[in-house]
Amino acid sequence: MAVVFEKPKSLANVPLHYCPGCPHGIIHRLVAEALDELGIEGKAIGVAPVGCAVMAYDYFNCDMIEAAHGRAPAVATGIKRCRPENIVFTYQGDGDLASIGMAETVHSAARNENITVIFVNNAIYGMTGGQMAPTSLPGQVTQTSPYGRDVNHCGWPIKVCEMLATLEGPEYITRVAVNNVKNVNKAKKAIKKAFQNQMDGKGFSLVEVVSACPTNWGMTPQQALEWVESDMLPYYPIGVYKDRSAAKEEG
Amino acid sequence: MAERVLMKGNEAIAEAAIRAGCRHYFGYPITPQTEIAAYMAKKMPKIGGVFLQAESEIASINMVYGAAAAGMRVMTSSSSPGISLKAEGLSYIAGSDIPAFVVNVQRGGPGLGGIQPSQSDYFQATKGGGHGDYKMIVLAPASVQEMASLTIKGFNLADKYRMTAMILADGTIGQMMEPISFEDAQIETYEKPWALTGTNCERKHNVVNSLYLQPDELEKKNFERYERYKAIEQTEAMWEEYMMEDAELCVVAFGIASRVAKNAVAAARAEGIKVGLIRPITLWPFPTQALNAAADKVKGFISVELSMGQMIEDVRLATQCKRPVALCNRCGGMIPSPDEVLDSIRKAQKGEF
Repeated sequence: MAVVFEKPKSLANVPLHYCPGCPHGIIHRLVAEALDELGIEGKAIGVAPVGCAVMAYDYFNCDMIEAAHGRAPAVATGIKRCRPENIVFTYQGDGDLASIGMAETVHSAARNENITVIFVNNAIYGMTGGQMAPTSLPGQVTQTSPYGRDVNHCGWPIKVCEMLATLEGPEYITRVAVNNVKNVNKAKKAIKKAFQNQMDGKGFSLVEVVSACPTNWGMTPQQALEWVESDMLPYYPIGVYKDRSAAKEEG
Repeated sequence: MAERVLMKGNEAIAEAAIRAGCRHYFGYPITPQTEIAAYMAKKMPKIGGVFLQAESEIASINMVYGAAAAGMRVMTSSSSPGISLKAEGLSYIAGSDIPAFVVNVQRGGPGLGGIQPSQSDYFQATKGGGHGDYKMIVLAPASVQEMASLTIKGFNLADKYRMTAMILADGTIGQMMEPISFEDAQIETYEKPWALTGTNCERKHNVVNSLYLQPDELEKKNFERYERYKAIEQTEAMWEEYMMEDAELCVVAFGIASRVAKNAVAAARAEGIKVGLIRPITLWPFPTQALNAAADKVKGFISVELSMGQMIEDVRLATQCKRPVALCNRCGGMIPSPDEVLDSIRKAQKGEF
């Protein structure tokens, strides 16, 4: 009988610890499919973050390292500068990448480090139980913004793609979502391109994946995906924010 | 005769690191160690290496973490406030059991402190600095020659024991020039089957990690690590003894303080005071054996330090408080004169500790 669907080789055959309805499983799969399809599993070295994806080092079959909170792009820089022939990627959440690790994010982008960054934005700190993230929306209720995020008190959420796109350095900055099949397919293409860019030596590629956190948002998985569409995507629009090679071809 | 070159202490570290096979340097500017970065910036691109100025000390130690995990000989250097920032990475490197080489050319503290020589990061270097149960091998050069030879030794020990080796120097030795030779350099190499190289789809994936959510697993890891530390304490302690054969008093000092102390010991001998010097070369492991043996012969110790008295605690522990220990110290960037140390020796001779 013909096999029509199977687990990507790059994904380990172990149970994931994520909550029911959490899109991390989908995003892991998209990364693994990209590694498989590009034939780079054996060359890949992944950097896991601190946050919900902290145990990603057990979920990918390639060599893996666990970084301190926010430091994944610096760790990836160290690896890539030693082993330019390998494919180095980070997998980070919003607290990790856009709060404590903002300096590492901005400077690795400014240096156009030839690495691939998968940035999962679900507008909340999941692992620690639902605190306000640098990307939590105005008015969003979290454990540490129980009356809703008051932008006069704690500032505005950070739009990472828009900010990084102002830099000369990075090659490819894009935002995708995984709230429906159409968007998942688009996300897959963007992730694959971000790895292809590294193989081609083009430099820093970041894919922001707008995701959901049903558990800490206090919603069912279905409601959470609807909230992505109704509340998150208007603030964080899907799109390509920088693509230097495409701009050159057009120009 | 061995070829000798005149070098600054900081440059000697950089050149020795390159000779030890280090081809990757990540750092952030801070006084008084910038000559190391400047030397690396000039040399690395010409020998196929990488010099990269990071956005912060935190980023630079994490670049070291990544490069070390990739199996390379790699280093960073900084000075006291910068080492505080690197403490996070040092803890992760310890928890992941990977080798790294770090230089601290100390300046006065706490806080921004000053930029003059100091030894006030002794506790930070020998007792941890970052969080959790861990140790670093701490090497304390007292000359430009030792800046070079202990750098090479440090890279060897780091690889051998899969942990951080730190040079704990000070601004004086970093800045001063002396003739040195590299001819005795012994470069050791160690297999690194744990390194991140890519699986090539031929082996199970390697994971470099310090997270153990099961308490019994984490406990086991720590016990295993401390077994290794115990072996290091028994075999790797280094020290120098000067005029200790018939000594009735023992001065203990490391780094630049030991150079001053040596002059004071010679001056005291000229006055007929039977005093000697023990100079720890490794601060961890501390030369407990040598000090404990001396405690059975001498009537007291004088700890000479550029701090408010940090090593003195290890002298008391090593000698099990069998003899009194006096403190002769300056801090904040001040260095005692040989006469100040001589005064302490005279007082100790009279039984004043």
